[in-house]
Amino acid sequence: MSGRVMVGIFQDEDDILSITREVRKEGYTILDIYTPYAVHGLDKAMGLQPSRLPWVCFALGLVGAVAKLWFEYWATAADWPVNVGGKPWNSLPAFVPVTFEVMVLFAGISTVIALFVVSRLYPGRRAATVIPGVTNDRFALVLEETDAAFEPVQVRRLLERHGAVEVIERAEESLP
Amino acid sequence: MAEVQAVSRPPLILGDKSLSQITSDICAAMLRRPNALWWIGFLIAFSLLVMGAAAVTYQVATGIGTWGLNNTVGWAFGITNFVFWIGIGHAGTLISAILFLFRQRWRTSVNRSAEAMTLFAVMCAGVFPLIHMGRPWLGYWIFPYPNFRGPLWMNYRSPLAWDAFAISTYFLISLTFWYLGLIPDLATIRDRAHPGLRRRLFEFFSLGWDGSFRTWQRYETVYMLLAGLATPLVVSVHTIVSWDFAAAVIPGWHATIFPPYFVAGAIFSGMAMVLTLMIVARTVMNLQNYITVRHVEVMCKLILLNGSIVALAYGTEFFMAHYSGNPYEQFVFLNRAFGPFAWAYWTMISCNVLIPQLLWFRRVRTSIAVVFVLSLLINVGMWFERFVIIVTSLHRDFLPSNWASYRPTSIEVATLLGSFGLFFTCFLIFCRILPMIAMAEVKGVVAHERAERRHHK
Repeated sequence: MSGRVMVGIFQDEDDILSITREVRKEGYTILDIYTPYAVHGLDKAMGLQPSRLPWVCFALGLVGAVAKLWFEYWATAADWPVNVGGKPWNSLPAFVPVTFEVMVLFAGISTVIALFVVSRLYPGRRAATVIPGVTNDRFALVLEETDAAFEPVQVRRLLERHGAVEVIERAEESLP
Repeated sequence: MAEVQAVSRPPLILGDKSLSQITSDICAAMLRRPNALWWIGFLIAFSLLVMGAAAVTYQVATGIGTWGLNNTVGWAFGITNFVFWIGIGHAGTLISAILFLFRQRWRTSVNRSAEAMTLFAVMCAGVFPLIHMGRPWLGYWIFPYPNFRGPLWMNYRSPLAWDAFAISTYFLISLTFWYLGLIPDLATIRDRAHPGLRRRLFEFFSLGWDGSFRTWQRYETVYMLLAGLATPLVVSVHTIVSWDFAAAVIPGWHATIFPPYFVAGAIFSGMAMVLTLMIVARTVMNLQNYITVRHVEVMCKLILLNGSIVALAYGTEFFMAHYSGNPYEQFVFLNRAFGPFAWAYWTMISCNVLIPQLLWFRRVRTSIAVVFVLSLLINVGMWFERFVIIVTSLHRDFLPSNWASYRPTSIEVATLLGSFGLFFTCFLIFCRILPMIAMAEVKGVVAHERAERRHHK
C-alpha cells in the first residue's frame, strides 16, 4: 500500500457519474466520493449495496408497537383495572391509536440515531472535508493509489479526460 | 410523454442558476441585514406574543373562569384554536413527506419553511390544551409514568389520551425530519462562515457532515423511511383530533365522516398558510427566483382539491342529518345555518367553499396579490369551521332547558392573538438564522432539470 490517494475534482454531476463508471471498470479502488447533494444514480455507479437501515426501522418499529400494546394491556387489564363505562378490561381496538403512534416514534427516532451511528455523525465531530467546496458546488472522487498497477500519470489523464478541473495527490493521513 | 411535458414546462428555479449561485443566493437572503418590512413584521408579532403571554399568565393565575365557557358550552375557543393550529401544521408534512413520496420536485423550494411552519404551529396548538388543564404544571399526568397512587395508570380508551400521544409523536418526528434535512445545509454554511461563535455553532449542529456519498446514500434511505412514516402519521394525527369529537354522542359531532373531513380540512387550511408565508417570504427575503409563480400555482391547485373535499363533506353532513331521520341531528344542522351563529356558518361557507372557486381560473392562480388575499380568507374560513363545529353543536344539544350561548372574553381573544404572535415571531427568527430553502435539495433538482434539457436537445 502506497498510503497515497488521488483526488479528482469535478464541476458537474454528469462528469462524476461517467468517471465513476469508468474507474470502476478499470478496477481502481474508490475510497469515497464527496458531493454537495445526493447525486441520483451515483450509488449504482459506485457499486454501493443498498443500506440496511430499513431493517433497523422495521425492527424498532415492531419493538415499539409490541411493547406499547403489552403495556396498555398490562396497565388497563392487569395492574389496576378501572371500569370505564362498562367497557371490557382489554379494549383492544381502543389501544390501536396509541400503539400506532409509539410504533412511528420508535421507528423514526431509532432509524435516525442508527444513521448517525453508522455514518459516525455526532456533535463536535471535526468535518474532514476533502476539499473546500464539496458542500457547495464541487464533486470530489478519491482514489486509493493501491499498488504498482496504479499509474498516477495515466489515471490523472483519465480524470482530466472526464472533465476534472483539478487533480491532487496527497498522503492518506490527511483524509478521513 | 412525461419527458416531453418536462421540457415544455417552465423551469422550477428561474435564472439558470449554477450550484454556487444557489448557495450564495440563499445564504445571502439569510445574512443580509433585515429590511424595514422584516422589522415591522417582527415587532408586531413580538408585541402580540407579549400580550398573549400576559393573558396566559393571568389565566393560569386566576383560573379558567376567565374564559367565556359555561356548563353547556364547555369547549369553545381553546379547542378551536388547538384544532386550527394542528391543521396548519399538516400542510408542512404534506409537502415534506407526502409530496416527497410522490416525487414532486417543486416541493424542494418550500419544504424547509413548510416544515418549520409545522413545528411552530404544533407549538402554538400545544399551548391551548395545556392552559385548559388549569394547572399546566401537572400536564405530564396525561402520560403514563410510575407514580405512588397505586400506581394508577391513564385511561387508554380516551381519545384525549390518544391525542396527547399523537401530538407529541407528531412534534418529535417533524422535528427530527426537519433537522435531518437541515444537516447538509448547516455544513454548507459552516464551510462558508468566518471563524467565530457562529461557525462553532454550525460546526456543532452539522455533526461533522462532509458530503461523503456513502453517508448520502444512507441519508437518502433514512429520509425516505421518515417520509414513509410521517405520511400515515399525519393522517393519524388529525384522525385522532377528529375523534375527540366523533367519539362523543353530541349531535353534529358523532359522525364517521369526521376523520377524512378533518384531514382534508387540515391540509386545506395548512396550504393556505404555506401560501401566506411563502408569498411574504419571497418578497421580504428576495427569493422570487426560487419560490416562483409556478410554485404558487401548484399550491393553489392543491388548495382547490382539498377545498372541494371539504365542500363535499359540508354537503354530506347535511345530507346525513336529513337521511338519518334523527331530529337532534337535523336540528343541529338547521341551527348551524339559520341559528344565532349563522353569521359564523356563512363566513365559513363563503371563505371555504365559494371564494376558493376563483382558483379554477389560471389568471387568479398566477396573480400573487389575489392568491395572497385568498389564502388569508381561507385561513379565516377554516378557523370559523372549527368554531362552528364546536360551538354550534354544544350550545343547543338535546334539552332546550340546557341551551346557552357563548361569547369569548377579551382574555381568550388575547390568547388567540398571542398564538399568532408566537407563530410569526418564531417564523421570522427562523428566516434570519437558518437557510429557509433546502439548498442541497434545490441543487439536485436544478441539476436534474439541466440534464433533462440536455438530453432533449
